Amino acid sequence: MNFLDLIWLIPLFPVVGFLVNGLIGKRLPKSVVGIIGAGAVLVSFIFSAGAVLQLAQLPAEERSHTVRLYQWFDAGAAQTLGGQMARFQVDFGFLLDPLSSVMILVVTGIGFLIHVYSTGYMHEEDGFYRFFAYLNLFMFSMLTLVLGSNYLMMFIGWEGVGLCSYLLIGYYFHKKSAGDAAKKAFVVNRVGDWGLSIGIMLIFVSFGTIEFTAVGEAVREGLAAGSFSVSDPLFIGIALALFVGATGKSAQLPLYVWLPDAMEGPTPVSALIHAATMVTAGVYMVARSNFIFQMAPEAMAVVAVIGALTALFAASIGLVQNDIKRVLAYSTVSQLGYMFLALGVGAFAAGVFHLMTHAFFKALLFLGSGSVIHAMHHEQDMRKMGALKNKIPITFKTMAIGTLAIAGIPGLAGFFSKDEILWKAFSNPQGHVILWLLGVVVAGMTAFYMFRLLFMTFYGESRVDHHVEHHIHESPKSMTIPLMVLAAGSVVSGYLGIPLWLGGTNAFEHWLEPVFEPLPITQAAIVEHSHAFEAGMAALSVMVALAGIYLAYRKYYKTSYRAETEVASYGAAYPVLQNKYYVDELYDGLFVNRVKDAGVGLWKFDAKLVDGAVNGSASLTVTGANGSNWWDRWIVDGIVRFIGGFIKTASWPIRLIETGYTQNYALVMVLGVLIIIGYALWGGQ
Amino acid sequence: MDVITANILTIIAFTPAAGAVLILFFNRAHVRSIRSFAFIITLLTFVFSLHLVTYFDSSVAEFQFAVNVPWIPSLGVNYELGVDGISLYLVLLATVLTPLAMLASWSIASRAKEYFIFMLLLETGMIGVFVSLDLFLFYVFWEVMLVPMYFLIGVWGGERRIYAAMKFVLYTMIGSVLMLVAIIALYFLHGSATGTFTFSYPQIMAALASNSLVIAPGMERALFLAFFLAFAIKVPLFPFHTWLPDAHVEAPTAGSVLLAGVLLKMGTYGLVRFSLPLFPHQSQLFAPMISFLAVAGIIYGALVAMVQPDLKKLVAYSSVSHLGFIVLGIFSFTTQGMEGAIYQMLSHGVSTGALFLLVGMIYERRHTRLIDDFGGLAHKMPVYAAFFLIVTLSSIGLPGLNGFVGEFLILLGTFGVSRSFAVFAALGVILSAVYMLWMYQRTFWGEVTHEPNQTLRDMNRREYAMLVPLLALIVWMGMYSNHFLRPMDASVAKLINQVQSRDVQVADQNSR
Repeated sequence: MNFLDLIWLIPLFPVVGFLVNGLIGKRLPKSVVGIIGAGAVLVSFIFSAGAVLQLAQLPAEERSHTVRLYQWFDAGAAQTLGGQMARFQVDFGFLLDPLSSVMILVVTGIGFLIHVYSTGYMHEEDGFYRFFAYLNLFMFSMLTLVLGSNYLMMFIGWEGVGLCSYLLIGYYFHKKSAGDAAKKAFVVNRVGDWGLSIGIMLIFVSFGTIEFTAVGEAVREGLAAGSFSVSDPLFIGIALALFVGATGKSAQLPLYVWLPDAMEGPTPVSALIHAATMVTAGVYMVARSNFIFQMAPEAMAVVAVIGALTALFAASIGLVQNDIKRVLAYSTVSQLGYMFLALGVGAFAAGVFHLMTHAFFKALLFLGSGSVIHAMHHEQDMRKMGALKNKIPITFKTMAIGTLAIAGIPGLAGFFSKDEILWKAFSNPQGHVILWLLGVVVAGMTAFYMFRLLFMTFYGESRVDHHVEHHIHESPKSMTIPLMVLAAGSVVSGYLGIPLWLGGTNAFEHWLEPVFEPLPITQAAIVEHSHAFEAGMAALSVMVALAGIYLAYRKYYKTSYRAETEVASYGAAYPVLQNKYYVDELYDGLFVNRVKDAGVGLWKFDAKLVDGAVNGSASLTVTGANGSNWWDRWIVDGIVRFIGGFIKTASWPIRLIETGYTQNYALVMVLGVLIIIGYALWGGQ
Repeated sequence: MDVITANILTIIAFTPAAGAVLILFFNRAHVRSIRSFAFIITLLTFVFSLHLVTYFDSSVAEFQFAVNVPWIPSLGVNYELGVDGISLYLVLLATVLTPLAMLASWSIASRAKEYFIFMLLLETGMIGVFVSLDLFLFYVFWEVMLVPMYFLIGVWGGERRIYAAMKFVLYTMIGSVLMLVAIIALYFLHGSATGTFTFSYPQIMAALASNSLVIAPGMERALFLAFFLAFAIKVPLFPFHTWLPDAHVEAPTAGSVLLAGVLLKMGTYGLVRFSLPLFPHQSQLFAPMISFLAVAGIIYGALVAMVQPDLKKLVAYSSVSHLGFIVLGIFSFTTQGMEGAIYQMLSHGVSTGALFLLVGMIYERRHTRLIDDFGGLAHKMPVYAAFFLIVTLSSIGLPGLNGFVGEFLILLGTFGVSRSFAVFAALGVILSAVYMLWMYQRTFWGEVTHEPNQTLRDMNRREYAMLVPLLALIVWMGMYSNHFLRPMDASVAKLINQVQSRDVQVADQNSR
C-alpha cells in the first residue's frame, strides 16, 4: 500500500470516530465507545508509521510529499508587494516531510496511549461518549495542524485544537471554574490567533502564496535575486506576528495565563492537549516557518529571550504549587520555554527534539498524576498525600522515571534534548552565555520542583484523609500499561539524538535537515569547541540538576513536609510565587475589567446618546408638530379669526342694516324709493 | 432559451406573491392548511431558485436570465430583471431562509391568514430587490418589502412592537426618500445627457462607461451620499444602527430571521450594486471615512453585544459587528475583500438566521430571552446545546466553518490596502469569541438554577428540520468555499475593474 498518498486519511479516521461517538455514542456501551475512539487513533498511527517508513526510504532531498485533495479557496487577484498579481488560492492539502512525520508519530502514538488510558480513567463518567468524541475531534484538528500543507490548513487545525481544548477544559461544565477556565483558554488563544492571522496575511501579501514549500522557495529565490535581505522589517514583522500566535497556543509570556487554569479539564486531557501535543503547536509553527525566522535575526532574539524568561518565570512559580497538576502545568510552560529558547538561537532541530522527548515524559507525568488522583478519589492537593510509594507501586515507578527524565539525568531522554538546547544556546552564533545561564538555572529549578512533587506525593509520612486512606488502590491495566510504555519512551526516545561528543551521530537532527536547511546567509562563524569542553558543559548542567535534587531531598525527604516551614523558607517571596506574581489580577485590572467597562459604557452611550439622538429627533419632530399645531391654531388660524373678528366688530353698524333679510332690503328699497319720490315731488321747489 | 429559463426570475419573484393571493381565498379558521400551503409555496420558490444555480454560467460576468419589457413606457420605466454572480446567492439566501422562517412560525395562531400573506409578500419583496435592474422597479420592491415587515413587527411582535415597527419604518424611509430623489435626479441627468429617459441601471452604467453621461463632482457627491445614507441605514452601519436591536427584539422569530438574514443584506447589496459602480470616484473619496465607521462598528457592536442581558439583543448587536466587516470588505476595492464581503453576507445570513431560530426555540418554551433566566441548559437539552454551539462557532469565525471564509477574505483584502484597518478589525475576531462564548457559558453551562428550566424538552422534529439544513450549509460553506466563490468571481472582477478604471477617468476629468 502506498501510504504516502493516503496521508489525508490520517486526520480523517478520528473524524469518523468523532461522528460515530458524537451522534450515536450515547446509545452504545462504553466498551464500544472506547474501542471506536482509541481504534480510530490506532489506525491513524498505523497509517502514519507506514507513511513515515516509506518517506524514510526516499533520498533525503525528496522527502517532501504533498497530497492535494481539492481547492478550498480561490478568491480574486490582488497585488502583492512585489507588484505582481496573485490570486488567493488555497488547497485542502497535506504535506508529509521529516518535520510533520515527527509530529504525526508523536501525536498519534502518544495520543493512542492516552486514549487507552482514558478508557480506564473516565470509566465512571456519564459523559464517556462525549469525552471520546471530543478527544477524536481533537486528534483530527491536531493532525490537520501538523499535516496541513499551508498556513490556512494549519490555521484550521490551530483553531480546531483550541476549540477542543475549550470543550475538554469545560468537560465538567456544571462547575463554574471549568467554564471560566475554558473560556479563558479560548479567548487568550484568540489574542494569539489575532497575531497569527496578521502574520498569514502578511505572508500572502509578500509572497503571493501561503503554501509552506512555496513560501520557502520564494524566500530562497528572493534572497538569491537580492530582492530580500536579512533583517528586512517585513520579515521581522511576519516573524513577530507569527510568534504572537505561538505565545498564545504554546503558553509563553505574556499569554501563558490560560494553561495553568486549563488543569480544570480531566487529567488525560491535560496530558494529551496541555502537555504533549497541542501546546507544542507554537513550537511546530515557528519551526515550520524557520525560513522566515532565519531572515529576521531580531525576531529570533525575541523568541529566545521570551523562551528563556518564560522558562525561568514558570519554573519559579512551580516551586511552591501544591496542586499536583498545577506543578506539572507550570513545568510544561517552563519546558515549552526551553523549546523556544532553542528555536530562538537557531537550533530548530534541538527544539523539535525536546518537543518529542518532552511529549513522552510530560504525558507520562500527567497520566501518572492522574493515576494518583484516581487512587486518591479526586484529591489533587499534595499536602494531603504522602507515602503512596508502596500503595501504587507502578504509578510510583513510572513517575519516578518521568521525573528523572525531565530533571535531565544522563541516560534518560530529557538529558539528551535539554543538553542539546543548553549547548546550542551557548555555542550557536545567535546564542548568548546569559541565555545558557538562564537555562542552567531553570534546569536546577526543574529538578528541584519535580523531586519536591515526587517526595511530597510518594515519600514521607502519610497526610492522606482517613476516609480515603484505605480505599487507595493501584489503577487498572488500561491505565498502567500506557504508563509503562510512556516510561520506556521517556528513556529510549533520547537515543534518537545522541550527540557527537558522546560518540553518536545526532540522527534526529539529520532527519530534520531537509526542513531546517540554513538559508545562504552570511553569519558569524560558529566557534569550534572541543568535545571535551562540550562534555564539561553537560556535566555542569547535570551537576546543577543534582544540586536541585539534593535540595529537594533535604527539604522534603529528610524532614517531613510542613506547610509552615515551607512558607517560612521563602520569606516575602512566598505569597508572590504562590499568587503567580499576581499576573491574573493584573490582567483582570488592565484588560478584562476594562473591556467589560467599555462594553457597559458603550451600551449606555448607545442607549442614551446614539439612540437618544434618534428618539430625541423623533420627540423633536413630535414637539415640532405640536408647535406647528399650536402655531396653526393660534397664529395662522388666529390671524384669520382676528381678521374675521375685526371685521365682525368693525362692521357692527353696517351689520345693523346688512341683516340679510330680503324683506329688510325690500323695506329699505321701498323707503329709498319713497324718499326719492318725495324728494322729486317736494324737494325741488 | 426555453420558456422557464427565460422567465425564471419572474417565476421566482412572484410565486410567493401568487401564493399570497391564493391564501386570500382560504377560510381564516383553517390555520393548519394556511400555514402548510404557505410553507409549500416557499418550498416551491426554493426549488425554482435551484434552477438559477444549475444554469448559472460562472464564466460570465454579465447579468443572466435577463428579462426586459417596458412597464410604464411614458416614464421610461422597464420591468428589467437579471442576476449576476453578486446577486445569485443572495436570491438563494432568501429562498432558503423563508421556508425555515415559515417553520418557525408554526405557533402563530392569531390572524394567521394575514401573517402568512405578509410573509409571502415579504419574500417577493426581498427577491425583487436582488433581481431588479431598473432603478424604479428596485425602489418599488425596496419600499414594498417595508409594508409586510412593518405589520409583522407591529402586529405579531413583542411588548414594544409599535415603537419598534415605527422606528424601523421611519428610519428606513428617511434613507429611501433621499434615494428616490437621487434616482430621479439620475434619471433626468441621463435623460438630458443622452436624450433617452430611462431608469434602466445597465443603460445608465453604459452611458457612464462611454462618457456620454458625465456627472459633475458636486452632483456626484450629493447623489452618492443620498444612496449611501439609504443603504447605510439598512445595513446598518454604525452610527445608524439603533433601529436594529429594537426591531430584532420585538419582531417575531421569523421576522428576526428574515430581517437579519436577508433584509440587512439589501443595504450591503445596494452598496455593491449601485453606490460603487455608479459613483466610483466619490466611493473612493469617502472610503476611508466609511471604513473607519465600519471598523468602529465592528468593535463597538462587539463590545455592546458583550454586556447585553437579552439573547436577541446580543445577536442583534453582533450583527452590527459582522455587518461592519462586510462594509469594510466592500470599501477595500479589492476582489478579495469584495468576494469576502459577499461571502460574509451569505454566511451571516445562515449563521445569524440559525441563531435567531435557536433563540426563538427557547423563547417558545420559556417566554423569556434573558440570559440570567437560563444556565445549565446543556443538562436538559443536550442536542439543542450542541446545535447552539456549532452555530456559535460559525458566528465567531472558526476556520472550517462558514464564518471564517468571509471574515478572512475581507481582512486579507483590506490588509493589502490599509494595514491598520485590517489589524483593528481583526480585534473584532477576538471580541466575538468573548461575547459569544460568555453568553454560551452562562446559558448552557453550570448547574440548572431556575426551576422552570428543569422540565425543558429537547428539540422536536420540526426544529431539527429548521436547523439541519443550516448546519449543513455552515459546514459546506466552510469546507468547500469554492462552490460559492466561483460563481461570483467573474462579476466581482468586472465590478472592481469598472470601479477602478472609471475612477481614474473621473479623476482625470475632474483635474481637467
